[in-house]
Amino acid sequence: MDRDPLSATPSDRFISVRTVTKQFGQFTAVDRVSLDIGKGELFALLGSSGCGKTTLLRMLAGFEEPTSGQIFIDGEDMAGIAPYHRPVNMMFQSYALFPHMTVEKNIGYGLKHERMTKSERDDRVAAMLDLVQLKAFARRHPHQLSGGQRQRVALARALAKQPKLLLLDEPLGALDKKLREQTQFEIANIQYETGITFVVVTHDQEEAMTLASRIAIMDSGSIRQLDTPKNVYEFPSSRFVASFIGSVNLFDAELVRQDDQFAHIAVPEIGVTLQALRRGQLHGKTRLTCAFRPEKVHMSRQPPASAVNTMQGVVQDFGYFGKDSLYRVKMPAGSLIRVNATNDLRAGDDDIVATWEDEVYLAIDPAAIMLFEDEA
Amino acid sequence: MKPASWFDRRGWSDLIIGLPYAWAIVFIFLPICIVSALSFAVPILNSPPYEFLKTWPYLSFDNFQRLFSDSIYIRAFAVSLFNASIATVLCLLIGYPMALGLTRVPKAVNRVLLMMIVLPFWTSFLLRVYAWIGLMGNNSWFNHLLTGLYNVVVPQAWHIANIQIMYTNFAVIFVVVYSYLPFMILPLYANLEKLDRTLDEAAMDLGSRPVQVFLDVTLPLSMPGIIAGGLLVFIPAAGELVIPSLVGNQSDPMVGAIISQEFGLNHDWPMASAISVALLVILVMPLMAYTRFQSRAEAGGTR
Ligand SMILES: Nc1ncnc2c1ncn2[C@@H]1O[C@H](COP(=O)(O)OP(=O)(O)OP(=O)(O)O)[C@@H](O)[C@H]1O
Ligand SMILES: [Mg+2]
Repeated sequence: MDRDPLSATPSDRFISVRTVTKQFGQFTAVDRVSLDIGKGELFALLGSSGCGKTTLLRMLAGFEEPTSGQIFIDGEDMAGIAPYHRPVNMMFQSYALFPHMTVEKNIGYGLKHERMTKSERDDRVAAMLDLVQLKAFARRHPHQLSGGQRQRVALARALAKQPKLLLLDEPLGALDKKLREQTQFEIANIQYETGITFVVVTHDQEEAMTLASRIAIMDSGSIRQLDTPKNVYEFPSSRFVASFIGSVNLFDAELVRQDDQFAHIAVPEIGVTLQALRRGQLHGKTRLTCAFRPEKVHMSRQPPASAVNTMQGVVQDFGYFGKDSLYRVKMPAGSLIRVNATNDLRAGDDDIVATWEDEVYLAIDPAAIMLFEDEA
Repeated sequence: MKPASWFDRRGWSDLIIGLPYAWAIVFIFLPICIVSALSFAVPILNSPPYEFLKTWPYLSFDNFQRLFSDSIYIRAFAVSLFNASIATVLCLLIGYPMALGLTRVPKAVNRVLLMMIVLPFWTSFLLRVYAWIGLMGNNSWFNHLLTGLYNVVVPQAWHIANIQIMYTNFAVIFVVVYSYLPFMILPLYANLEKLDRTLDEAAMDLGSRPVQVFLDVTLPLSMPGIIAGGLLVFIPAAGELVIPSLVGNQSDPMVGAIISQEFGLNHDWPMASAISVALLVILVMPLMAYTRFQSRAEAGGTR
């Protein structure tokens, strides 16, 4: 792969979606979506149910025609090109395995349209069976397989033709957590080995973060942010994205003043003035949204060394999750701040940072505070 | 054991499971046994008009010997199977596209069309056959229309005054197809409607054009529907009595007419029974093949 997996834009425009809109009658399922995907990229479409992910994928595969806009794959305009002529294969949400064919027939199905000899075809099927570790199941029918095995057959079938673009619609939706994690790595591995461009649809943000080099976050038909997993998490572009990805403390805030480095904001719900590291100019709006992630809040029972962004509150309740705990700390002004603390101690009574009714100090690094100009 | 417990919940479930068996025994198995037994009797001029041999082996095989030696019977079987086969194939060729079409139209249209397929059952079957007699007759407008069309396409020298449709095998097949088409369409439709349409998309995604998709996916997966519909048409068509006796060639009868003739006119119950048993065996064979196919398919994965 000739591109930096962490950069936010691809060097080439292998797949180019240009202001694509799809309407079903009056309803707009996909709304002026534009995106470029680089060759060999693992791209994730993330969004809540019904936001148009599948519709966008189906337009790439050719099952739906865009109402307006264009789609280019490897420089070729896809308008009017039937699914069976596109260099695209899809792994369906329901797997769509042919029930009357064995595993190897399923995997080899797409190859009968390729110009290959029978032995080449058999070799390819065998290689695919190897790849998804299903050699022993080649002669079985889909109904004789477990959910995870079926999913791997579907993946192998879609990969067998070595398409330029592989579309995966919620590939892991039907799997349990453990198998899911395992398969996520398998998919990432296969993608790395084959170098095929993947577009993965999911509504599981962890899955998107784990798998993808870049994520597009969709909401009611349009893309709200398109960036690397890290940037989407650390630098969400809007209040919506911040609250969609991970958990976050969100408060209305008012801009008091800005200096070279910091924006000073009053947060009435917490009852303090916070300083946030400025990223770019705030456009003179005074009403803002201030957000910070629970794990970015430092909690202690002793007053912290620096007084910057320090607050005092009372632990209202907490949940113990093993590796960390989630606290809800009540501020004097009445609102609750969620704080994530790692349980990095293992001792007797002092092994957790705080417990119910404890008076605690909270401190937030100015760089960890995100400011959005869009309100709730 | 308490007196009340002889008939408990277990008893109810046995009873409910037993009902279909009882039905099958009383109305299917017993009659078959009786008819089979009769086929080994000899006819007499008495009431009832048959008796069994008084000496060993008590059973007479004369009826079956006649069945296999007399060309009347053999020909009747051949005509029946021929007519039924052609009618079944025609029903399939006409019914399959219709059933497939039914699964592809909008829901509201679908309901209307299904209604229209079932609607003929509301009128008497005999009435519909008589209507066809009227249409097929040599002086009907329908016959004139067909004759006219025929005369347009053929050279002058071959022109005819009308087409003889009535009292031909063609008329029998035609009316059988008309009458039994719903029995082909409905099981096919039920089968096709269940098929997962994303399978079609998957096949198309893997490079198959629509015709190929049909041959690779839709057709094999609809095999159970084809076989069910085929049997529902073939079996009654092979034994059909009314249609051939109304529109068919009387000098070249089908098995149904022969059985009826032996039973009624000739009062030869044993011979009628022997023909029935032979017909049953011939018709049961495809049914058994179907059951085998289905159990193999179940093991193999075709739903
Ligand atoms: N053929 C169609 N006719 C009408 N509306 C449709 C059609 N297909 C999809 N829609 C609508 O378009 C919207 C987007 O659907 P889509 O299947 O793309 O959602 P999604 O993002 O994949 O959701 P999910 O995560 O639940 O799979 C939905 O509101 C859906 O009802
Ligand atoms: Mg979807």
